[in-house]
Amino acid sequence: MAKTSGGAAAAAAQTEPDDDGFQLRSLQEAHSTSRHYPASDDELLRFYQQMVLIRRFEEKAGQLYGLGLVGGFCHLYIGQEAVAVGLQSALDPDKDSVITGYRDHGHMLAYGIDPKLIMAELTGRQAGISKGKGGSMHMFSLEHHFYGGHGIVGAQVPLGTGLAFAHKYREDGGVCMTYFGDGAANQGQVYESFNMASLWKLPVVFVIENNGYAMGTAVKRSSAETEFYRRGTAFRIPGLDVNGMDVLEVRQAAEVALDFVRKGNGPVLMELNTYRYRGHSMSDPAKYRSREEVQEMREKHDPIEGAKTELLARGVPEERIKEIDKQTRAIVTEAADFAENSPEPALEQLYTDVLVESY
Amino acid sequence: MSLELKMPALSPTMEEGTLAKWLVKEGDEVKSGDILAEIETDKATMEFEAVDEGKIARILVPAGTEGVKVGTVIATITGEDESDNGAPAPAPATAQPPAGTTTEREQKADESAPPAADPKGEQTPAPKKAETGTSQLAAEARPARDPEIPRGTNMATVTVREALRDAMAEEMRRDDRVFVMGEEVAEYQGAYKVTQGLLEEFGPKRVIDTPITEYGFAGIGTGAAMGGLRPIVEFMTFNFAMQAIDHLINSAAKTNYMSGGQMRCPVVFRGPNGAAARVGAQHSQNYAPWYAAVPGLVVIAPYDASDAKGLLKAAIRSDDPVIFLENELVYGRTFELPELDDHVLPIGKARIVREGRDVTIVAYSIAVGLALEAAEQLAGDGIEAEVLDLRTLRPLDREAVLASLARTNRLVIAEEGWPTCSIAAEIMAICMEDGFDFLDAPVLRVCDENVPLPYAANLEKAALIDVPRIVAAVKKVCYR
Repeated sequence: MAKTSGGAAAAAAQTEPDDDGFQLRSLQEAHSTSRHYPASDDELLRFYQQMVLIRRFEEKAGQLYGLGLVGGFCHLYIGQEAVAVGLQSALDPDKDSVITGYRDHGHMLAYGIDPKLIMAELTGRQAGISKGKGGSMHMFSLEHHFYGGHGIVGAQVPLGTGLAFAHKYREDGGVCMTYFGDGAANQGQVYESFNMASLWKLPVVFVIENNGYAMGTAVKRSSAETEFYRRGTAFRIPGLDVNGMDVLEVRQAAEVALDFVRKGNGPVLMELNTYRYRGHSMSDPAKYRSREEVQEMREKHDPIEGAKTELLARGVPEERIKEIDKQTRAIVTEAADFAENSPEPALEQLYTDVLVESY
Repeated sequence: MSLELKMPALSPTMEEGTLAKWLVKEGDEVKSGDILAEIETDKATMEFEAVDEGKIARILVPAGTEGVKVGTVIATITGEDESDNGAPAPAPATAQPPAGTTTEREQKADESAPPAADPKGEQTPAPKKAETGTSQLAAEARPARDPEIPRGTNMATVTVREALRDAMAEEMRRDDRVFVMGEEVAEYQGAYKVTQGLLEEFGPKRVIDTPITEYGFAGIGTGAAMGGLRPIVEFMTFNFAMQAIDHLINSAAKTNYMSGGQMRCPVVFRGPNGAAARVGAQHSQNYAPWYAAVPGLVVIAPYDASDAKGLLKAAIRSDDPVIFLENELVYGRTFELPELDDHVLPIGKARIVREGRDVTIVAYSIAVGLALEAAEQLAGDGIEAEVLDLRTLRPLDREAVLASLARTNRLVIAEEGWPTCSIAAEIMAICMEDGFDFLDAPVLRVCDENVPLPYAANLEKAALIDVPRIVAAVKKVCYR
């Protein structure tokens, strides 16, 4: 848009769409007209089951960490379950791809990856999804189009943009869902990726999971612009500001975003406002926030309780919900047993998979 | 008073050019900024602008002349002020490329610097021509023919630049997953013209200009490789790859291992590496030891055109991430290249480029030329040096090093790069660990000085390796 000199014209420019119709909030308006995904009871039960699975899995992972069975860094997804479940339920698992950072267990469970393989990776066993060589932060499943699991803050953003590049290059109709946190959102490579994704109209959904804290630094202490969905504006990427504690709102926003991206319009930036109940990692005492703040989120905004309330209001029998809870506990117990009792990798594994080929 | 117009240096590596076309004729009045001629360099056709006002007195080099050396007087201009007051004429624009025709990033001094201003009659203690350090990296000696190439194969003479381009083009024809991305690779035809013509043949889908954003596009290339494509990511030079090095190491090199062998990353990162002429410390560095230290990477640094082509094709076909280190100063050198339909060479194999029985000189990239030059000089002194070109730096061909050492019992490494934690240091360690019993003398290394590369010509010259230093080291290990 040409620069305007008059004050009135400049003011008008802030509210009017650009020449090519770019509007930061164009998708937000679509989202606002119907915020909740019209899930059937069965769908909502499935979302509920997946969120409970993530919650119980992460609690168990934390337990195993405390027992010394899980080492290193272990970042739990407790509190953020509605984000991965709501978004990934909207994807086509046959053609779309997912990539995220190191807080990755929930995204894998939401994509249907076997909890046994994930838990066995946490315990560093041969049966783990990365044969025990990746650990909590580095897990992948080509079968499920899940591309990690990346330990360097923000690195997954250009990688996900590259996966989207591959979707477009191959014309396979796929979209890459690229997750990162409010902390990673301050990395320079994120904006380099925004620029190229928009320039080349790549099929990528950028998802900022804003859980309020970049490790121990509150968003307002690290970010000049705390409304992260606005951060694509300079690259003409429309934003969506979404309540990440409500699985049906998340899913509905995903529908809006994916519809836009699948039509070849280029990327969308979604901000999912969420909260993690646990520390940044298992070794984080989380002294940077009050107990009351956490309690408030747990009691008033918990995504699992929210879904449960909705199910009960629809008249789904409580027994059915309890049955799901029970089955899910059994799945997690089985995964933990498997992970504890699987053998460690053979020593020969030290030298395999460094290079693919022999030279 | 008459001014001499000299053949200008218009590209980083230009030594001579073709005077393609005159846009003025004798008797024309010209003023500053007028375009006088079109000159073809090895990279592009450039416009040559007038700096002074006056009348074209004589045109001394006709249009169409090829091989005009930089600094040759190509025309004279009669100054506007005809009364000669005896003052020396202003220096003609020999050193400055025309303004606005090259980008700052691309702007690099020439391998052979243009003559400094030298007005007639003026006595000056300054050198007539600043001899650059990189001029001592030039080499006429050529490698012996690769014994792997079948006897009777026709040999073409091509530049390394053309060999690299042909390697990419052939692989792009063979596999539609292969594409090239980087700064100025498409419409500009490559900052060093290595991708010349690729856009025309393969179109913008597969030859992709990126913004100047190394971190971002290295990550996108890596992600595209994880997604099943075969990207060739060009860095304008490897100096700029430091902006992106996290993706080369943490994303590309480690993912196959961290995923238990699930996640392939078949990407090639390529571009010029090592010292260039007169561009100072930030644009002159050899990163070979950095990348060669990293498990999960393949690192290749070819010298001649045949290896450049055969190994780049192998790199593109490899399922592993490859760092392919080229050298700007070698791009324009011509070598024999076998005319084979599919010239692919093995990764991980060194090559004896000159046989000798008295001493082994191990080298890679541009230092191979110097080692060959040194070997020729040494032959005159009765020392027959074997020259081993490592070609691949990771995985390193330990067996070839040790086998040569077993024959000669003396070894020197020549490396255009810093000595500390170098490839040379690695070769010395190999000789100590597994070749100690073969050694008749301590292993020596000839590397650049342990300083950032200085700009001043004389300091640059002192900082970089040269043939005499290699010859001296060889004589020392031969106790001569």
